[in-house]
Amino acid sequence: MDDASNWMWALDGWILAAGILCAVASSLLGNFLVLRRMSMLGDAVSHAVLPGLAAAFLITGSRQSFPMFLGAAVVGVLTAMLTQWIRNFGKVDEGASMGVVFTTLFSLGLVMIVQAADTVDLDPGCVLYGAIEFTPLDTVVVFGWDVPRVIVTLSIVTLVNLLFVVVGYKELKLTSFDPALADTMGLRSAWVHYTLMTLVAITAVASFESVGNILVVAMMVVPAAAASLLTNRLPWLIFSSAVIGALSAILGHLSAIHVPRMFGYASTSTAGMMALMAGLLFLLVMILSPSNGLLINFARRQHLAFSILGDDVLAFIYRHEEKKIDWPRTEQTLTRQWLQKQLLSSPIAMSLILFWYRASGQLDRHGESYVLTETGREAAALLVRSHRLWEQYLVDQAGMASDRIHGQAERLEHFTDRSFRDKLERETEFPVSDPHGSPIPAEISAKKSSPPGEPSNGNFMS
Amino acid sequence: MTSTLPLRIEDLTVAYHRKPVIWDVAFDVKPGSLVGVVGPNGAGKSTLLKACMDLIPVASGRVSIFGEPYKVNRHRVGYVPQRESVDWDFPVSALDVVTMGLYREIGWFRPVRKKHKQAARDAMEQVGLADLEGRQISQLSGGQQQRTFLARALVQDADLYFMDEPFAAVDAATEKAIVQILRGMKQQGKTAIVIHHDLQTVPEYFDHVVLLNMRVVANGPTEEVFTTENLQKTYGGRLTLLDQVTEAMRRRDKGE
Amino acid sequence: MTIIGNALNAITARGLVASIDYSEWTRVLLLEDYNTRLVVFATTLLGLSAGVIGSFTLLRKRALLGDALSHATLPGIGLAFLMAPTFGFEGKSLPVLLSGAAISGSVGMLAILVIRNLTKLKEDAALGIVLSVFFGGGLVLLGLAQQMPEGHAAGLESFIYGKTASIVAQDARWIFGAGTISLAVLVLLYKELKLLCFDDGFASSLGYPTVWLDFVLMAVVVLVTIVGLQAVGLVLMIALLVIPAASARFWTRSLYQMTMLAGSIGAISGMLGSMISGLAPRLPSGAMIVLTSAVFFLSSMLFGRQRGVVIQAIRRWTTRRRIDRRHVLRGIYELLETQTTRPEVSPVEATAGNWVGLNALQESRTWSNRRMLAEVNRLREQGLLRTRDHEAALTATGLLEARRLTREHRLWELYLITHADVAAERVDRDAERIEDCLEPVMIEELESLLEKAVAVGRVPISPHEIDMSTRLAEG
Repeated sequence: MDDASNWMWALDGWILAAGILCAVASSLLGNFLVLRRMSMLGDAVSHAVLPGLAAAFLITGSRQSFPMFLGAAVVGVLTAMLTQWIRNFGKVDEGASMGVVFTTLFSLGLVMIVQAADTVDLDPGCVLYGAIEFTPLDTVVVFGWDVPRVIVTLSIVTLVNLLFVVVGYKELKLTSFDPALADTMGLRSAWVHYTLMTLVAITAVASFESVGNILVVAMMVVPAAAASLLTNRLPWLIFSSAVIGALSAILGHLSAIHVPRMFGYASTSTAGMMALMAGLLFLLVMILSPSNGLLINFARRQHLAFSILGDDVLAFIYRHEEKKIDWPRTEQTLTRQWLQKQLLSSPIAMSLILFWYRASGQLDRHGESYVLTETGREAAALLVRSHRLWEQYLVDQAGMASDRIHGQAERLEHFTDRSFRDKLERETEFPVSDPHGSPIPAEISAKKSSPPGEPSNGNFMS
Repeated sequence: MTSTLPLRIEDLTVAYHRKPVIWDVAFDVKPGSLVGVVGPNGAGKSTLLKACMDLIPVASGRVSIFGEPYKVNRHRVGYVPQRESVDWDFPVSALDVVTMGLYREIGWFRPVRKKHKQAARDAMEQVGLADLEGRQISQLSGGQQQRTFLARALVQDADLYFMDEPFAAVDAATEKAIVQILRGMKQQGKTAIVIHHDLQTVPEYFDHVVLLNMRVVANGPTEEVFTTENLQKTYGGRLTLLDQVTEAMRRRDKGE
Repeated sequence: MTIIGNALNAITARGLVASIDYSEWTRVLLLEDYNTRLVVFATTLLGLSAGVIGSFTLLRKRALLGDALSHATLPGIGLAFLMAPTFGFEGKSLPVLLSGAAISGSVGMLAILVIRNLTKLKEDAALGIVLSVFFGGGLVLLGLAQQMPEGHAAGLESFIYGKTASIVAQDARWIFGAGTISLAVLVLLYKELKLLCFDDGFASSLGYPTVWLDFVLMAVVVLVTIVGLQAVGLVLMIALLVIPAASARFWTRSLYQMTMLAGSIGAISGMLGSMISGLAPRLPSGAMIVLTSAVFFLSSMLFGRQRGVVIQAIRRWTTRRRIDRRHVLRGIYELLETQTTRPEVSPVEATAGNWVGLNALQESRTWSNRRMLAEVNRLREQGLLRTRDHEAALTATGLLEARRLTREHRLWELYLITHADVAAERVDRDAERIEDCLEPVMIEELESLLEKAVAVGRVPISPHEIDMSTRLAEG
């Protein structure tokens, strides 16, 4: 295949590795940033480290890793401290403090770089957007292998972050969840915060040369956010975010090679693509997540609305039958249209419900009208029983006025099961009718489902 | 002799921004007492608690915990904050939260061991949450959340407890559980200072009471201090509130 | 050695000064140069609009919204550039690019709202996601754009860096237009936005559609951002939206004053910053504008009349002084009261000149000896006390002051008792005089209550008597 042959492990493999390492390193820390509601800190820190880098370059006159990291770490802590200072003393909102600090530091860095443009060859664009495509070219020798320098630094940073998260797990957990308690226990939340900031700054710098600023920011927030929509358990959260991050890196790189070709271009920014893929994965999770996804929430709501409507239909027909006993001359036939109008539902919903009840044997259809079967009547009776018991309870115990109880009972009846009904009955001292005078149906025990030989539990009232 | 007092507050004045919020607050707490702190909204009750724990700075005065400043004896103090102080969406289980009370004992950067988890479980059982240990806290009801905090405080095995409105908006079962815990603590000789909002239950739950409205109106044994006159001084002319309380006191007098 | 020397040379004033041409100064400062005029005009205007808009976003606790939305405009710009030729437009024309920016900015806005409202994620996460994903998308599109046969997509980078120094008239016109529209919107919706910022729950209960108002605010941010972006770049835009507003906050509590001040600070920063950068080479104007505004911020934070750090420290210090003063004078007065045996006969007058042991004074409160003595000495220098050995006595002036303070204290105590339910809002013990806080009618009422209490022989108990008696009991 034409495309496959364009893939050179020597080149693409390293690019991929850089992306994956950056993703994993960032998402490990990113989880705690998101939990602490500091998601924007990644962006802030990655801008703010510029003066640190510039200082390192200016002083050492070279682009060696160690001074860069030192400069970045120092500025990272400085950013955190300045932000905290402004927040605490100036009582400025967190976001604004961050905004003030990082834009100022960035501008300072910019001035420094431009001033020293003659002395040192440093392109701000390179700092910010990286040049991942050049990653494989700058290598060092590790254990006899030719490894790009960037990979080595990224690997070390990833390991350090991993170590931090593992060893400091409970401290991170505690200070993120309840910093006040941490303080009263003698663990300075501030120290944990500064350490986290330092590592964020270092991770950002380590990634700059290869993937640039934007990927770090993306990987610190997006995988963690997506993971939080998938799981509610912290260890899984951390693991999933790393996986999602790595996946984004892989998909991003593949897309960066293949997608532009579809439009007639040669290639495009790999880092940008990786960030975009992370976003896409987030979108997928947001919609499809089995626990928190939009689809599932929608489905749940619909299901609930549906079952409530179904209950209403049964209860309505039951009450209609009651009235007919008292006033046999009522001629109204229970057609679908009439039910739909009375219960204010859409035609589709009503048709579905009626279909469902006929299929499950709770309703019979005689011509155009519907009647309850034996089973249907039992189910409806229980609903009406719940409703009327609630009405009695609300009047007796909650002292509600009798004109208000119907609305409440309407809502509550759908969530009242057998044991609840028994409790209600006891609380209201076994009433025979509700406050409006309507008779309360007797409890119908599940005769069919209780095993033979066992007595059925029912309170049969005469 | 004074060093055995769990809490001694002398001349405490705390100011926010410019305005003194509480001033000249002074009282002692004897070991084994259950002290209720009551007062109207904005009277400075939470401020008092936080000032005792060095969570906010103090303009003048002194707080002594077992004779020493808080910093020295902080390991003997447990804190049950208001429920609103944390984000209950956090991805941890109830057991996790309770175990947090042991982190200091476990030691920083050391792992949580089985025995710690077991201690946490025991505490959860004490508050009646035994079967909820694996439940994520976002799925707990208000009363269960409160009991989780309580279990966390128990597991700290402190000698002095500060509690900020533990009875606020909890169900009857949780309320009973909390009262039982408090009484158990008292039997063990522990002391609890509890911010409370429901005047009706003060005589039943607390043997000592502090009436606070920016300064201490009165403090001492509940029977002596919890009088209509003192309440009037604390709460002012809110009739409905007084009505409720006089009713409660009437009931108490009649031995109901 | 040379490396370091070079570096230092570059950044120290020596290096800067050596390259300044003084004749340039007059040209720049008097705005004789057309380009400089343009740049200064455009940045001043931008600073003004951004400052005003930023006040609202700051109060709404959404300071970094500008950050996220600025990044979100990038894909639109890239896409507009790529697709313009197919529709027959010139790829680099400003209206085309700006409409692209506006569309993707709006999409970004919607995305933020969706993520925030429909998932359990919080605001900061929504901002971070939109910022990074959209920007990534923008980089992808820019990457494609750079391969276009029309080439010169290089200009697109100005959206990220800005080309402050090379702003042209058209840019200035766009800025003017956008700024005017934004300010007009803000003026029209001023009272609604004010309510939204301070109490959105209340606003919503009044029936205001808070979501729409938020949307309008965000839209205004997008508008100003897109015109500002292509002129001054990303980081500067964010800075202008945040820093002037944050600075203004330290000076006033009134929204109106804050917006006026923020606009002014933004405008002045823009003006000064671009002028300074015109004076010396290699001082990027965008960066200089940010740094100028940062200086404003720092001074505001330290010295701002309303909430400046220094001011607050001074206030705390004066409060402590006041507290100590009261404690000493009132302490001595009360000690004198305990010495009199016939309270009905103008008690303290008789014993006014009596000496009071400083040890007794020390024990009446919890304070260090040092602190008490410092205050005693201060009072002596002010002529309110006389001291000898370990004792102090009130002078005539001292007596008057001590009596006033004790009376006020007792009035406050009575007020708290009689008006316990509203006390929290009304009481300000730090006030110099009780008359500053309570109405004269109220004070008269309290005074008569006080007299009754004294007449009945029930002088209100000061809290410290309890303290002393328990202490005596414990031995």
